[in-house]
Amino acid sequence: MNQPVGRPEGGVGEQDVLALLAELDRELIGLAPVKRRIRDVAALLVVDSARKAQHLPVAAPGLHMCFSGNPGTGKTTVALKMASILHQLGFVRKGHLVAVTRDDLVGQYIGHTAPKTREVLKRAMGGVLFIDEAYYLYRPENERDYGQEAIEILLQVMESQREDLVVILAGYGDRMEKFFQSNPGFRSRIAHHVDFPDYLDTELLWIAELMLQQQNYRFSPEAREAFVRYIAARKGQPLFSNARSIRNALDRIRLRQANRIVAKLDRTLTADDVMSIEAGDVLASRVFAKASGAAGEGR
Amino acid sequence: MRVTQGAFSFLPDLSDQQIKAQLEYCLRNDWAVSVEYTDDIHPRNTYWEMYGQPMFDLHDAAGVMSEITACRKTFPKHYIRVNAFDSTLGWETIRLSFLVNRPPEEPGFRLRRIESEGRVQRYAIEPYAMDKPAGRRY
Repeated sequence: MNQPVGRPEGGVGEQDVLALLAELDRELIGLAPVKRRIRDVAALLVVDSARKAQHLPVAAPGLHMCFSGNPGTGKTTVALKMASILHQLGFVRKGHLVAVTRDDLVGQYIGHTAPKTREVLKRAMGGVLFIDEAYYLYRPENERDYGQEAIEILLQVMESQREDLVVILAGYGDRMEKFFQSNPGFRSRIAHHVDFPDYLDTELLWIAELMLQQQNYRFSPEAREAFVRYIAARKGQPLFSNARSIRNALDRIRLRQANRIVAKLDRTLTADDVMSIEAGDVLASRVFAKASGAAGEGR
Repeated sequence: MRVTQGAFSFLPDLSDQQIKAQLEYCLRNDWAVSVEYTDDIHPRNTYWEMYGQPMFDLHDAAGVMSEITACRKTFPKHYIRVNAFDSTLGWETIRLSFLVNRPPEEPGFRLRRIESEGRVQRYAIEPYAMDKPAGRRY
């Protein structure tokens, strides 16, 4: 009875899980609640395979998830990752992700919705079905909306074929809350409600540096400092959407950097020239002008 | 008389688990799987009724299995077969086809002798079940 939990045949060992979690920590910045939840699920799997080794009954765990959070907090990114994580952990057989929105599930005329939804569900079997902006499925203002039909089919499959597919809903926090209020069945069938917190300033800076690194760019020390101020200024302005804003900012900074280099093209460019981003590239942003403008008005 | 059409038809009927394994093989080869049914089992009846649409870009047999189950529920006493279509250039044809459902009783085929021009004798076979109208045959 003292078998180690090492690697029961066909199961997943502790080592694999630990390696997976370490990888997750490296690749995803911040998002503590998300990582905690994945860790819970992974722990459950290790225990389950140990139980299987001891011939104890194991029930398929409900793994349907709901990701809610502000724009740009990484819901879609994590969902993509989730598919491969669940596959590596052995919870889903194939590990592909089918990302859909309302349009893919809800039909346009009577009798169109059910086959359409079933089609999507069939495609997602063995993997993860990711429903982005799930609250659009339900339109309370139109009582003859076909969204309700899609929801019913979804719920039925989520309940009866939980070993065949995992459903992940994603959407902005307050709207998801309203969606669940009008569809209480949905809330109770989803085991994991994960809230994505907003990123801290330091985390946003890490994200920026990681993005740059992936594209083979880097900040000069002054540029880095300027970007810290940029984050603070951008956060104060409307329509800030976390990592997405950062990505857009970096795209514009790259444009400005290219412009600066091309403007005074008097020598052969070195790798260093084209890789480094200077403070000027960051400081030319409109965000600073607006921020100081607002401060000026205040004075 | 047991109808033997398609692959595996001389073997005992496949269990759901075996069907699933075959489907996994089809999907692994990127074949598009479809489900068809009929109650006219004449060997020359090539085109059966399609149940739903052919399933392209599936990844897992569970999707097909649910379709088969639904078809069995709707037509419990029909012949149901699964086709796997290979769209690779040069093949573009059905690569695997096998029965997944048959009626509980199969009365078999009648041999009919037909007098033709002169005293030429022609032969035809037809399922006994064909005497009844479609939908009430088995």
